[in-house]
Amino acid sequence: MASSHGTPPVFNNKVIAWIDHRLPIFSYIEKEYHTFPTPRNFNYFWNFGAIATVMLVLMIATGVVLATNYTPHVLMAFDSVERIDRDVPQGWLIRDLHMNGASFFFIAVYVHIFRGMYYGSYKAPRELLWILGVVIFLLMMATAFMGYVLPWGQMSFWGATVITNLFSAIPVVGESIVTWLWGGFAVDNPTLNRFFALHYLLPFVIVAVVALHVVALHVHGSNNPTGIDPKGPQDTVPFHPYYTMKDGFGVVVFLIVYAGFVFFAPDYMGHPDNYIPANPLVTPAHIVPEWYFLPFYAILRAIPDKLGGVLAMFGAIAVLFILPWLDTSRVRSATFRPIYKWFMMVLVVDVVVLGFCGANPPEGFWVPLSQLATLYYFFHFLILLPILGKIERPLPLPPSIADSVLKKKAV
Amino acid sequence: MRKLLATGALALAALASGAVAIAAGTEEHPPHKHWHFQGPFGTYDRGAAQRGYQVYHDVCAACHSLQLLAYRNLMELGLTENQVKDLIKDIVVPDLNDDGQPIERPARPSDRFKKPFPNEAAAAAANNGKAPPDLSVIVKARENGPDYIHGLLTGYVPYEKLTPEQIKAFSVTKDDNFNKYFPGHKIAMAPPLADDKVTYNDGTKATLDQEASDVVEFLAWASEPHMEDRKRTGVRVILFLIALAGFMYAVKRMVWADKH
Repeated sequence: MASSHGTPPVFNNKVIAWIDHRLPIFSYIEKEYHTFPTPRNFNYFWNFGAIATVMLVLMIATGVVLATNYTPHVLMAFDSVERIDRDVPQGWLIRDLHMNGASFFFIAVYVHIFRGMYYGSYKAPRELLWILGVVIFLLMMATAFMGYVLPWGQMSFWGATVITNLFSAIPVVGESIVTWLWGGFAVDNPTLNRFFALHYLLPFVIVAVVALHVVALHVHGSNNPTGIDPKGPQDTVPFHPYYTMKDGFGVVVFLIVYAGFVFFAPDYMGHPDNYIPANPLVTPAHIVPEWYFLPFYAILRAIPDKLGGVLAMFGAIAVLFILPWLDTSRVRSATFRPIYKWFMMVLVVDVVVLGFCGANPPEGFWVPLSQLATLYYFFHFLILLPILGKIERPLPLPPSIADSVLKKKAV
Repeated sequence: MRKLLATGALALAALASGAVAIAAGTEEHPPHKHWHFQGPFGTYDRGAAQRGYQVYHDVCAACHSLQLLAYRNLMELGLTENQVKDLIKDIVVPDLNDDGQPIERPARPSDRFKKPFPNEAAAAAANNGKAPPDLSVIVKARENGPDYIHGLLTGYVPYEKLTPEQIKAFSVTKDDNFNKYFPGHKIAMAPPLADDKVTYNDGTKATLDQEASDVVEFLAWASEPHMEDRKRTGVRVILFLIALAGFMYAVKRMVWADKH
């Protein structure tokens, strides 16, 4: 941990002092969540790490309760979910919280990722912090995908079929891998069973990687909207009460929007076909994943070759791992990068366009549009970022964080 | 940053509206009706839902199961236990006796709705090879469920009224059922409802539109019996969260007062 945290705290409570002398959890909390020096100039984008953490805890809490009432069997899964909805006391509430919670967890994480990109939070010395974040994102995708299979509706079944079949694109061993994943020769009861087991396991793996993410964060502290390092106490405030309070406020505002969906449009983000019990003999007209996968689904289908599509889809996430080295600019924050700032916005629009492409059947103008958008996505990371860092002339950086705050106040 | 965000939001909005317009295409959509259960404070119209049960019982139940519901659930529509017992007094359901032999006995309120066919294979065999779908969650299982099902029930076009282009485009024969809103238009189900197909106990005139609207009200309730509880809870939760956010903001301002 950083050495600048000051002297170790003294606890007046004898029990706490006794425990802390043997297991310094109270010192740790004191150091990392109370006195922890945090840049004083965060904007509300910095709330989304806390929001994502709250959503993770909420998903695990509701998920454990759901698991106590769910039956992972192809003949009973659909009805057991309906039983939770109809007959388990407040079961509808737990289920609506969980299924909308997945969407809102992704919303929080997508904003969090955008913030990291816009303000260059992935740059030295925070490369590992960023990479751990991408690992969390991947684990979330796997968890969410398997969770969507559990109600065993039509989209559950056919989504599972399409996604597991991707592995058959691997040369030579592909087909064997798919059979191994399925536990048989089709998506069936063994598949549902292992997806349930993994859907229960992976969230705890996510918790572990989040812990590493936080440890890595607390080595050099948070980035901030100026992207320059704190130079002294005048640039920082203690984490508590300043950011516990600000994060707490942000979390509650986020929960208002979330509650709006949970209580007034619980099925808005789902697909109606998932209320049709899974039927291996009837393929839905359009198989679409949950909205948060649509950009990647569009990239998958943009390439006319199966293996190529799979590689492009995984490549779209793989480029994020090497983002810290693709971006050659030494200035972190887009605030001081007049060209990058706009290209960042273009990338957001590009990803949204990909989302629409993924939601629509791959025909007509959607095909060239998704190919163009896919091309642009990789262009941004692989060509634009390395070149832009060399040719862009950044604006002058403020001398210090405190300076930038005071200047803003004067305007 | 703020200016950038505003520009971005505008661009996204323009894009979204364009994409929706394109996706809408030229398909005929069922007309949008106002439903009593819509909106943040909407509730189920008990009278309409009870009439809808009558339509289901007299017409739909001949082919469609409603297997996630029990007769006792009808009490949530405002019927008393005795009224429910009265409603089901003529229904017999299969069971096993103490010797394990199959028997039939009068239905109890705790029984699930009786299925019209003993199993899915029998249902398929009696319906040209495809079992009629269960209606328990049908309203949630279709895009714009209430409008779609109302449109489907009222959207049949007799063969004589079809244009030659329609007959050719969808190769319709005299034996086919043509429905304006069914994907592909040719539907196995013959027009199930018509004026005066049922006689309502409460004296309401049984027009085709009335029957279709009532059965949608009933099926919407069947799909989500706890909807009213959900909305009531939601109003309380959101009011609480807004108040909490207000307090949090005030405290946050106080904490930060010396740093601004």
